[in-house]
Amino acid sequence: MQKSVTIFINDTPLVCLENESVLKVAIDNKIEIPHFCYHEDLDIEANCRTCLVQNAETKKITTSCDLRAKEGLKVVTKSPILEKLRKKNMELLLLNHTKGCPKCAKGYFCKVKEKIEEFKLDTLQYKKIKTDYPVHKLGTAAELDPNICISCNNCVKICEKIGIHFLHLEGQGAHSHIEHSQDPLVDCVYCGQCTAHCPVGAAREQSHLQKVEEVLKDKTKTVIVQMAPSVRASIGEEFGGKPGQDVTGQMYTALRLLGFDKIFDVNMGADITTTVEAEELIDRIKNKGVLPMFTSCCPAWVKFVEFYHPEFIPNLTTSRSPQIHSGTAYKTWWAEKEKIDPKKIVIVSIMPCTSKKYEASHEKFKVNGMDPVDYVLTTRETAVLLKKNNIDPLKLSPSKVDHFGEYSGAAAIYGASGGVMESALRTAVKLATGDDLKKLEFEGVRGMKGIKKTTVKIGLLNLKIAVVSTPKNARVILGELKKDPKAYDYVEFMACPGGCIGGGGQPIPTTDRIVKERIAGLYSIDTHMKMRQAHENPVVKDFFEYVKKLPHEKQHELLHTSYSKRNKFE
Amino acid sequence: MTTKNSDILEQIKTAALVGRGGAGFPVYMKWKRMKEVENKKKYVVCNASEGEPDVKKDHYLLDHYPETVVKGMVIALDFLGQKEAYFNINAHYFAEFEEKLKKAIEPYEKKGYIFHFFIEKPSYIGGDSGAILNAIEGKRTQPRAKHPSPSILGIFGNPTLVHNVETLYNIARVAEGSFSNTRLYTIGGKVKNPGVFELPDTFTVEEVLRKTNNYSSFPFFAQVGGGASGVVINEEQMKTDTAFGCASIQVYDSETTTRELLLQWFKFYERESCGKCTPCREGTYQLYEMIKKTETIPWKNILAIVDVLKTTTFCALGSSLPIPVESYIKNILKVDRDTLIN
Ligand code: FES
Repeated sequence: MQKSVTIFINDTPLVCLENESVLKVAIDNKIEIPHFCYHEDLDIEANCRTCLVQNAETKKITTSCDLRAKEGLKVVTKSPILEKLRKKNMELLLLNHTKGCPKCAKGYFCKVKEKIEEFKLDTLQYKKIKTDYPVHKLGTAAELDPNICISCNNCVKICEKIGIHFLHLEGQGAHSHIEHSQDPLVDCVYCGQCTAHCPVGAAREQSHLQKVEEVLKDKTKTVIVQMAPSVRASIGEEFGGKPGQDVTGQMYTALRLLGFDKIFDVNMGADITTTVEAEELIDRIKNKGVLPMFTSCCPAWVKFVEFYHPEFIPNLTTSRSPQIHSGTAYKTWWAEKEKIDPKKIVIVSIMPCTSKKYEASHEKFKVNGMDPVDYVLTTRETAVLLKKNNIDPLKLSPSKVDHFGEYSGAAAIYGASGGVMESALRTAVKLATGDDLKKLEFEGVRGMKGIKKTTVKIGLLNLKIAVVSTPKNARVILGELKKDPKAYDYVEFMACPGGCIGGGGQPIPTTDRIVKERIAGLYSIDTHMKMRQAHENPVVKDFFEYVKKLPHEKQHELLHTSYSKRNKFE
Repeated sequence: MTTKNSDILEQIKTAALVGRGGAGFPVYMKWKRMKEVENKKKYVVCNASEGEPDVKKDHYLLDHYPETVVKGMVIALDFLGQKEAYFNINAHYFAEFEEKLKKAIEPYEKKGYIFHFFIEKPSYIGGDSGAILNAIEGKRTQPRAKHPSPSILGIFGNPTLVHNVETLYNIARVAEGSFSNTRLYTIGGKVKNPGVFELPDTFTVEEVLRKTNNYSSFPFFAQVGGGASGVVINEEQMKTDTAFGCASIQVYDSETTTRELLLQWFKFYERESCGKCTPCREGTYQLYEMIKKTETIPWKNILAIVDVLKTTTFCALGSSLPIPVESYIKNILKVDRDTLIN
């Protein structure tokens, strides 16, 4: 057991663990100390030098992130000299940020801009240096802008931590900046973890915000919005809410206020995916298809397989992913039902993810020549859009999703690592045995662990399953499978720690602790729902009725997809 | 090696050997700590980075006494019961002394000692012990946090004893019984007889200059302890001060302008900053930019950056820039910094 100690920040006694970071103690107690490079899940580098505090007794000024809590330690966060030094370091740190930041230029909400205003930073007095590096596009998902990079190294570290090693810092002194790997054997998987760990927007999503704003003004279009499972348990954080706070109903109201014509839900798509995937699993087992079957709803994971391990392509379920399924359904079945020209429908997904932007841009998903999803906003971009329109969802009363967006509790948990597996299992048991489950929870697949293994009984069958997050852990399981191809029957893979809920498009900060709370939020949504299994969803049933009447090839086109080996930057 | 383990430690303690890299940490303490850490593998590193301008003592030793330096490394290895050592060596030095050093290590290699040469792109930060370890491990050449120290967690997590060339040279001399509390002075700048000289470490700067026939007849001042991070002192102070840090003495004609000096220092730091922490990375660049094109010195802006360098940098290299600037203001310009600002 670690010892607890009492430290004093600005004379307030605070109990914490011995040797804990003083900055972390301050953050936990809502004491404001500006900081940029600190992230509680990553090694402390202490390179931004803005988190300064002063020892109340010795008057020594130090950074607080690498200052360890000791019994009786007394620090202050404010003093004239401290504020002067802190301000100077912030000005130096952000001096490349005044001009040239594309987000600031468009007047977008930006944490850096907020700090510049809050601390009245004069960054114009300095000469800018990083001005002519090209912005590097990470597929169609995210981008790296070396010109505003503050060399904090967080993106490098998170990219290493999840096992990709695509990024590094280059250049000495003021020329230091982020760069990507030229190694032909190393490629980005577009997960966007770098963007969720960049304190200054130098690693960021490729914005679809402007396009969405334009289309919202276009009266000739029917604009559908669909929100992913994870967003409702995290977007509240952008407005001061708690991680895991369920703002589903308030978000529907907020999205209506923004002017979307139809409020549907990616969760509906998740129910389709679950059903298609469960059917495929049963089919592979019965007809001796390729096993283990791998999930494929995480586009970063799919890119990982297609680039690093194409030999496992036959293992990927051919089921389309939730946003693509619902998008497909709305532009075909629903459009017909409502007698709307599908070419006039625009579908906007709100996702916790950057790789979903990349997924939406795939030609292979086109249905009748149309993209199932037109634009993808990350959780962060959506918060910006709401703030620009002075909409605070936390202040709104909840409303309901439009009928064709209805979903089950099984869809709600898709955002957590293990959620896709659990949803599929609920339905697979029903499909295989015809029985209703007495207990819907599959505890063995839940939780934050990067690799979870368990066996599940489906009828007479003992299914060996694994749930994996991050490419690093994926390599472990793929390694096991190379040795013993029968080690597993069904494996869920997600690129981001904790699953989509810890995704690259989520609010900043995203930490393991925060992700845990968000996950708890998702499971609680499921528990409180009446309908908790995908195959019970009447909307989905209706859609399947429609699909069944189509020619076989068309059915396949709407529900399934295919994969191919990919080269670097594809 | 005939000297017994406990003997050499006692001898080092009695000789009061301190590290000659600049920080002056007692060698005895470092050794004791290294010995106490339990770990099968331990390394010895000879730091021949010498990245600071106007310091040439390591160069001098590698040129004239490579065998003694290597012997110092072997004594340290024996003390730790180890066989593997590294040279962290400045690429220019390696090019120059490769042959001599390889000859010096040859007899030990036959006895099973292993020496690696890590050839370092010459840099100032390359002298920082954490940066050396990072570089050897293939990481970016940037300083590490002070704790744990290399003697606890060094190369690839193993305790590592990092010594400057001169320190190792002294260790060998202590073992031989020929150490006589001297040190190597690098004298340069506007003098008649520049070079590296071995003289008692108790000599004042003036004594060193006179003894080596370098005391000028014109008014002058000197930067002592490194051409970048050294302290600037006037003739009066030279009468009482001994040489600091790495014991270089760079002599300047009193006619030298403030701008010339600042330009030289700022340019050096701007070029050498590793880029890890904000004040050093951005601050030194801004300082150089500020002074590059102007005749009047923007003291207010300069000192604001000097202040953050002084108190808030990650490592001691960044925080050393204020040393020459502030000592120059105090000892040569002899003004209050407030007068400069206003
Ligand atoms: S947050 Fe402490 S130095 Fe950056």
